[in-house]
Amino acid sequence: MNEFKLSILDLLKEDARLSAATIATMLGAEKEDVSAAIAEMERDHVIVKYATVINWSKVDDEKVTALIEVECTPERGRGFENIAERVYLYPEVKSVYLMSGAYDLLVEIEGKNLKEVASFVSNKLSTIDSVISTKSFFILKKYKQDGIIFEEFEDDHRLLVSP
Amino acid sequence: MIKDEEKPQIEQVEGSRSGGMQHHLAASARAIPPSGIRRFFDLVSASKDKDIITLGVGEPDFVTPWRIRDAAVYSLEKGKTQYTSNAGMPELREAIGQYLYNQFNVAYDPAKEVIVTIGGSEGIDLALRALIEPGDEILVPEPCYISYSPITSLSGGVPVGIETFAEDQFKLTSASLQAAITPKSKILVLCYPSNPTGTIMTYEEMLPIAKIVEENDLIVISDEIYAELTFNGNHVSFASLPGMKDRTILVSGFSKAFAMTGWRMGYACGHPDLISAMLKIHQYTVMCAPIMGQVAALEALTKGGLEEKDRMVESYNQRRRLVVQGFRDMGLKCHEPHGAFYAFPSIHSTGLTSEQFAERLLLEAKVAAVPGHVFGKGGEGFLRCCYATSVAQLTEAMERINLFLRSLE
Repeated sequence: MNEFKLSILDLLKEDARLSAATIATMLGAEKEDVSAAIAEMERDHVIVKYATVINWSKVDDEKVTALIEVECTPERGRGFENIAERVYLYPEVKSVYLMSGAYDLLVEIEGKNLKEVASFVSNKLSTIDSVISTKSFFILKKYKQDGIIFEEFEDDHRLLVSP
Repeated sequence: MIKDEEKPQIEQVEGSRSGGMQHHLAASARAIPPSGIRRFFDLVSASKDKDIITLGVGEPDFVTPWRIRDAAVYSLEKGKTQYTSNAGMPELREAIGQYLYNQFNVAYDPAKEVIVTIGGSEGIDLALRALIEPGDEILVPEPCYISYSPITSLSGGVPVGIETFAEDQFKLTSASLQAAITPKSKILVLCYPSNPTGTIMTYEEMLPIAKIVEENDLIVISDEIYAELTFNGNHVSFASLPGMKDRTILVSGFSKAFAMTGWRMGYACGHPDLISAMLKIHQYTVMCAPIMGQVAALEALTKGGLEEKDRMVESYNQRRRLVVQGFRDMGLKCHEPHGAFYAFPSIHSTGLTSEQFAERLLLEAKVAAVPGHVFGKGGEGFLRCCYATSVAQLTEAMERINLFLRSLE
């Protein structure tokens, strides 16, 4: 990945709503070059989606999130690919990572309440053939996600005018 | 209940109050004009409007990088709460010497040529007080940072403003310096990269200035507090010019480069004779810079603070381009600021004075920016806009300024 594209990604990861024209000005580049680079990265799935980071704890219908450690048996020739796919296709599953260490997959699940998440784990996840065991951990509070701090302690405390 | 016979006495007390205490003040303190920036600050603060976007600040929008804050917290936990040596912790002076050599190619002996001060401001105060004798003329290219002239006056010196112009990108020219020199000229104050104009001076541009300094036996106080914030090529320290090291007191600090304004950590470097005189004043007035600030500053210079600094500089540069382009798109002339974090667009075309423009911009468009005239000669007709603010805020501010300009047409 070249320097130029990395600079664009650096800006977009902070604010996905920046226009190509603004990015071009900020980087001292041509708007056409920025648009072309973005289009290319969208096509190559470098840029997968422009999403919004939401602090769900401030929304009335609060959600429950859990991290599930899954131990499973890999398949000959395919490793963990099939089982990962079977897991990530469920809409309840927010993320799936293949891990080194004591377990194999780390699965993030989101549900309306504790019961919903628990029932997904026992009915859907644990029943997959190659799954040996699961351990569930419910998230109580999010402090920071994807580099963004949820608390508002970084407000601007500067004097309005100073020399 | 006040008895009738006591009333005259009370009136007498009130009478002496209304007479005030002014007559007790030193003439030099009374003579200092109130700061124009302070007046504008009061105006902005009085409005209490939450919707105001401010481009009026003079400090980074980053908080001090966490590793630097953490080092200070840790040192407090370990009980580092004592005085340090007057000139500052030896390891910090060592680090400053090394840093200046690596970054700007100027070599100072940490033992004799470096003093740690309470912000760059104290360094300027010490230098002026150590050098000025009553009647000495201090040459100050303007528009510039607001404290050189008042401190000069306090020491009995005479500040001589040298006007610089937008068509020269507010650089000091040898002709205007030469024209300002009299037999009483003693010190030239330089501040590049400049607050408020963002101007820098290159090696070639400073060479003729150095020649005049040499010929007229001047001392230079070079305020290089924005040295790290340059966007096209590295900063050139005036002290690095041939023959200038001994004639220059380099004043700088941690506030701008490392986002450490509230720590009040600065330093001054120069000839041992000058530094030891400054050290005397420093030890009698403040003893030493606070140890927790010194610990934090040491962390900034030695452990990863430099990477954080580079990241911040790149971010300023992006926002600089955005703001300069924004002003030009709305039809304001704006010279390219190559340093610091200020743009200094011209508002001459509106026909308003900078004070009128800034006040109306605040009240009608809810954007605060500092009117140029507070920075001295040549500042009238310009506006200092600090772009150390989020891209979202800058974009909104630019839209508001644009609408305000259209409303004037």
